[in-house]
Amino acid sequence: MTDLTRLTITAAREGLAQGHFTATELTTAYLGAIETAGALNAYVLTTPDKALAMAKASDDRIAKGEAGPLEGIPLGVKDNYAVDGVRTTAGSNILKNFVPPYESSVTANLWQAGAVLLGKLNQDEFAMGSSTESSAFGPTVNPWRRKGSSQPLVPGGSSGGSAAAVAAHLAAGAAGTDTGGSIRQPAAFTGTVGIKPTYGRCSRWGIVAYASSLDQAGPIARSVNDAALLLRAMAGHDAKDSTSVDLPVPDYQQSCGGSVKGKRIGIPREYRVDGMSAEIAALWDKGADMLREAGAEIVEISLPHTKYALPAYYIVALAEASSNLARYDGVRYGERVAGRDIVEMYEKTRASGFGAEVRRRIMIGTYVLSAGYYDAYYLKAQQVRTLIKRDFETVFAEGVDAVLAPATPSPAFGIGEKSGADPVEMYLQDVFTVTLNMAGLPGISVPAGLSSEGLPLGLQLIGRPFEEQHLFALGQVIEDAAGRFEIPEKWWL
Amino acid sequence: MSVDLATVRRVAHLSRIAVTEEEVNHLQGELNAILAFVEQLGEVDTTGVEPMTSVIPMTLPLRADVVTDGFYPERVLANAPLGEDGFFAVPKVVE
Repeated sequence: MTDLTRLTITAAREGLAQGHFTATELTTAYLGAIETAGALNAYVLTTPDKALAMAKASDDRIAKGEAGPLEGIPLGVKDNYAVDGVRTTAGSNILKNFVPPYESSVTANLWQAGAVLLGKLNQDEFAMGSSTESSAFGPTVNPWRRKGSSQPLVPGGSSGGSAAAVAAHLAAGAAGTDTGGSIRQPAAFTGTVGIKPTYGRCSRWGIVAYASSLDQAGPIARSVNDAALLLRAMAGHDAKDSTSVDLPVPDYQQSCGGSVKGKRIGIPREYRVDGMSAEIAALWDKGADMLREAGAEIVEISLPHTKYALPAYYIVALAEASSNLARYDGVRYGERVAGRDIVEMYEKTRASGFGAEVRRRIMIGTYVLSAGYYDAYYLKAQQVRTLIKRDFETVFAEGVDAVLAPATPSPAFGIGEKSGADPVEMYLQDVFTVTLNMAGLPGISVPAGLSSEGLPLGLQLIGRPFEEQHLFALGQVIEDAAGRFEIPEKWWL
Repeated sequence: MSVDLATVRRVAHLSRIAVTEEEVNHLQGELNAILAFVEQLGEVDTTGVEPMTSVIPMTLPLRADVVTDGFYPERVLANAPLGEDGFFAVPKVVE
């Protein structure tokens, strides 16, 4: 039998439906692959017993003709999704023994659709990072390497475990979250497809909060069609999240392969940032050609406030994080370090439970919200956010259907390369992705080529609110023209 | 704007995060690097611009004011570092 872990979700569904293999066989194949890939550190916890029980239930439903849209498909879930009875840490020591007695709405939707849980995936602590190096479980290693080199590279972040697992065939697909680029940047670094839907499309209930006005759930997959199947199952209205939107979820798969003839695609001149590598610039041009050949019209546009998105993000996100993470006080859940009074208990608990990057971000967030600074920082950043959103509204009103941009300023970098004294160097990773979170817009990252060193590079398509279906149509054009990118060698075996 | 060592200590206390003297020195440099980076927002003219409060225009939904969940204190307390008689336990707060 062919290696079942190589199949896309689309192909696996076909094989299951035709009885070529069972969900139990498929799940067993993935559990075996995970066991051999400890070197990647993609999973922080595997749940083999639960996986096999879920697969058995899927086989029963398939036999009865009651298969759901993701019946028997083995998935990994980022460790910031609460899964009932399964340890959920968000990559932090402060939650190292936290076992939620409830299920996040998005994962509940996935199980409802028939999917199987393989385990929980590594991430930057509390999703704060762009490399998955800040996890309490240690860094995840990118399954991709530079040609002729054995230097370990980061998979991007914060959903780095999700992206690495999908690229290395350790999960058929994965659920990630994206606050400033945390699905799209790791997808670009690992040759996978990642989509951050419109803010409000997926419920945030039961996902460990980082910055509530920016956080969104979304899938990482091996093809555009797989991502469409996953997002359809994950999305939908949820009364438990007051920002969840009550709109019908289209069948996104129908849009994959749909015509893009006559679509107007904007190329924002402000994204040609100083120091953009020639390779990324060439990839961008190539992506525009691919869309043009499929009948789309390419127009140059201006998004004048682009350069202010990242600094505004670091005020809004950190302010919200300082407020959200106040709940980790050593009282209701999480670890506690004793002190001589309650304040010392809080201070010692939080100093020992949070990692360096999280402590830094909480402190900045606290500072910008503190008396006397609120107007200068937080209010100003929220005004700039209005201007960033208005930039997009203007071009959409002028008839632009979607925007094409690079997903990242560079291919994957080495572990330890950007964790020096200046945190801003790492923050610049999100320069092309963060604008969408600030404006609430959907964006898909699709692999479009390889760097001269043999590393995957991604392009990003940005759409109108709640028009993810057009991104799947456009993403499919890129995938059809560029092909899919498989890791040349499973060096970790 | 840049922060001095006293401000770093004050912010750490407001954040309820214990810091050592050595960390205070490090943090001063890191915090100032981030604050210098966000300083560029000063270039943007935001006169008369509404600050964003909701990225997707929507009315906050309301529901009937009734109890819809609960009645399982043992599950609520299951992850508490210290619980007693159905309550969370903390060090003495009031003398």
